[in-house]
Amino acid sequence: MNTLIGIVAIVLIFVIVFQLAKTSELMGILKGDKEGDTSESTNNTHGFLMMFLMITGLIAVFLGWWLVEDKLLQGNRNFTPASKHGDSINSMFWITSIICGIAFVITQALLFWFSYKYRARKGNKAQHFSHDNKLEIVWTVIPAIVLTILVARGIETWYEITADAPADARIVEVTAQQFNWTVRYPGSDSLLGKREFELISGENSLGIDWNDAKSHDDLMPTEIVLEKNKPVLFKLGAKDVLHSFYLTHFMIKMDCVPGIPTQFWMTPTHSTQEMRDLRGNQEFDYELACAELCGRAHYNMRFIVKVLETEEYNAWLAEQKPFYDAIKATLNPAPAAAPVEGTAPTEATDSTTVTPAIENGSVDTEVESKKNVISSL
Amino acid sequence: MAELHNPAIEVGHDTHGHGHDHHHGHDDHGHHELNFIEKYIFSQDHKVIGKQFLFLGMAWAIVGGLFSIFFRLQLAWPEESFPILEWFLGSWAEGGKLSAEFYYALVTMHGTILVFFVLTAGLSGTFSNFLIPLQVGARDMASPFMNMLSFWMFVLSSCVMLFSLFIQTGPASGGWTAYPPLSALPQASLGSGLGMDLWLISIALFIVSVALGGLNYVTTVINMRTKGMDFFRMPLTVWAFFFTAIIGLLSFPVLFGAAILLEFDRLLGTSFFLSDIYVAGEALQHSGGSPILFQHLFWFLGHPEVYIIILPAMGIVSEVMSVHSRKPIFGYKAMVFSILGITILSFIVWAHHMFMSGLNPFVASIFVLFTLLIAVPSAIKVFNWITTLWRGSIRLNPAMLFAIGFVSLFISGGLTGIYLGNSTLDIQLHDTYYVVAHFHIVMGLAAFYGMFAGIYHWFPKMFGRYMNSSMGYVHFYVTLVGSYAIFWPMHYLGMSGVPRRYYDFSVFDQFSQYAELNKFITIAAIIVFAVNILFVFNFFYSIFKGRKVTVLNPYGATTLEWTTPIHPGHGNWVGEIPEVHRWPYDYSINGRDFIPQTEALGAGEVDDHDHGSDLPNVGSAIPGKH
Repeated sequence: MNTLIGIVAIVLIFVIVFQLAKTSELMGILKGDKEGDTSESTNNTHGFLMMFLMITGLIAVFLGWWLVEDKLLQGNRNFTPASKHGDSINSMFWITSIICGIAFVITQALLFWFSYKYRARKGNKAQHFSHDNKLEIVWTVIPAIVLTILVARGIETWYEITADAPADARIVEVTAQQFNWTVRYPGSDSLLGKREFELISGENSLGIDWNDAKSHDDLMPTEIVLEKNKPVLFKLGAKDVLHSFYLTHFMIKMDCVPGIPTQFWMTPTHSTQEMRDLRGNQEFDYELACAELCGRAHYNMRFIVKVLETEEYNAWLAEQKPFYDAIKATLNPAPAAAPVEGTAPTEATDSTTVTPAIENGSVDTEVESKKNVISSL
Repeated sequence: MAELHNPAIEVGHDTHGHGHDHHHGHDDHGHHELNFIEKYIFSQDHKVIGKQFLFLGMAWAIVGGLFSIFFRLQLAWPEESFPILEWFLGSWAEGGKLSAEFYYALVTMHGTILVFFVLTAGLSGTFSNFLIPLQVGARDMASPFMNMLSFWMFVLSSCVMLFSLFIQTGPASGGWTAYPPLSALPQASLGSGLGMDLWLISIALFIVSVALGGLNYVTTVINMRTKGMDFFRMPLTVWAFFFTAIIGLLSFPVLFGAAILLEFDRLLGTSFFLSDIYVAGEALQHSGGSPILFQHLFWFLGHPEVYIIILPAMGIVSEVMSVHSRKPIFGYKAMVFSILGITILSFIVWAHHMFMSGLNPFVASIFVLFTLLIAVPSAIKVFNWITTLWRGSIRLNPAMLFAIGFVSLFISGGLTGIYLGNSTLDIQLHDTYYVVAHFHIVMGLAAFYGMFAGIYHWFPKMFGRYMNSSMGYVHFYVTLVGSYAIFWPMHYLGMSGVPRRYYDFSVFDQFSQYAELNKFITIAAIIVFAVNILFVFNFFYSIFKGRKVTVLNPYGATTLEWTTPIHPGHGNWVGEIPEVHRWPYDYSINGRDFIPQTEALGAGEVDDHDHGSDLPNVGSAIPGKH
């Protein structure tokens, strides 16, 4: 119903505008308006309108910013990025904004003011002014210098941000898929076990190669938990299509690409609780979003990221159990058949002896299990 | 103007037949009367082909615009249902609620249609075709037949794309950039089924159209200029169309290659862009390909594409501003060389779309440098336009207002490019609404404004009538205010981190705080769409009922198109093609309002505008000092 009323209203306005427009054209012809030309009164009207638009427009731009400032991240004078490099990005943003803001106001003001001031009317004659080399050099060189400064500073910051992660950075692996994220932390060895996409299955969602002993202490928590002031290196990947790992409060964005590993490191500077206090919102959480169109539920890949103080973090870490421990009992016991080929089929049927051999054909463990079998002989 | 008002050549529209065949002069013995189909449908007249591009471009603009209204409804009122959507979209909007799958299909089609069909074919296709022969003094394109084929390839491409809207799995829905693996895997998305095949076929056909057209434009400009039309006597419109065609010829074939390879990956099991993929419960065989490779190929076209879109608009605006300010364009040669600079740089900035794709940071930094470098020629152009207004005598008609609006938008959108071209800032702003705001303003709206300026300005030449200017003014003001109302607030969304291509923001605390602003944007979009329907109405109404043109050169312009009859026939000029003696910007000179290009140089007069300063002797004549 509302739609209908809206459409009827628009059609009515159309008809009115059309009738008025037709009339005014006829009036113009009667008054003797020269075709292809605009009358002085027309120019006056539109000159004033352009001036009016420029002034209200510039006011609206700054008023609008002032009105929404509290909601903004960048462009908000009170915004505190949650990561160390976020500060550099933010200051780069302000420098660029000041330069562009000045250029914006000057050029827009001149454009509209000239349109108004030099509108065709009595006593205003156009002057043939086709070029001026000095002037043109000036306004080529000034933008060139300003842009050089922005490029230099931008690239310097860029190299800092994209430099190698510090050696003590914690590693967090994040794998994207339609339409969620899977997280893996290395265990006490600080190394992640090998993965192979061909091993992916319902139970092994990352395709972890359990034969790689490094995988046995890997943690797979259901949330991303970070330690405050400790550098963290995100190792990123995707299983199906492109995704993008986007942490807006930390100012991180990096695509997750099937087949090509990517990474991004940062140092979180504010714990979740600190940020809650800072923003005066106890509901606040850091959110991970997908920023590369990945299909129908692209918009729905929210994942919580927590930043804890060191003690809390250590407490959390201590609670985590290696994923392998939880699933090893369910791993396909088929490789247990290995001892069958061995010399002691009778003992091999003993379930307690077979258990170590569950480790799915790993060379080391297989040898070990055989040793066990042999020693039990 | 009086000296041009030669009634003898006004009857030109009554002559028919192949006037371009100037060996025969203008006696048309032996030529058959063109029937309706030859004259208006399979026409080889560049003017008719130009209009055909315009009509089809306008039809697509309405479709593409309407799609944006549909998905804006979803963004503004995610909880509401709109029965009208079900009426339009059927099962894609069951109960009046747009499905997520089809939301992405609409977004994809909106981008594809607007970028390729409207702003490439509708803008460059229309004005390159219509203006190049008229302004360089040629009877037609180098190959009128290829020119006709170019349009019909566009029709064919349009048919395929249109067809894809009606298939069961829906049109392509992986974004206008069609990044694989999403676009390569039917398992990953409905739109990656048959819809994607049709999309790729349609784009391939479209590229053939662009190539046929582009070859013609380049050849015509190089070979078919009339006597005396040196390169540096060409209007900036022609320069712009010339470089646009060159960019198109060099970059579109790369997308053609990418489209073919992607189709191979989809149909033949090759692995150009695919590797290590586990989807829908299955590990795929594809191995060794790179999804990033597609992005390189895509953006090797994709970035020059934005200049393909904006350069014709720049050319049109330069010409319109000069004519209606009664002043030469300021810094003609600087304008030409800045177009050249933009053309060259446009080929080496593509990877700035890929800073966050995992590109090597060192490579990224080189692209930062080139990208920000392109701001220099762009800035020169802006300063030159503003200075063209300075001390002019400006007719504020709708064409001129749209030209001024173009510069305003180009400034606004250009400056935000300085943020996004800087990889450091792009980390945060990439793929947010900041990008949406940036490119819609700088290439979407600005190019549309250039197109509007061109349509209002050359409508009398196209149809022998004027558009109604009162409706033109309403169109301009509502569109200008509306454009800023729609896209300016999107910067704020982007600065708050809101990502683009989100069906629903309510899932995230950080992104859901702009419910009211999103309603505001949608309402503004509906109003702007409505006023542009008014424009379309004005356009067709004026073709039949507009005020008639009665003089040859109503604007007092210097360029050649205004020396043709009011209704030029095929072949453009009756009798000899006029000879050119001077550059196209002799306005307000030697005590005269303008001197047409066809007028011989006076005694002691030189056609040289490149040495020293010709700053008028008016005291402190330094701009900015007053």
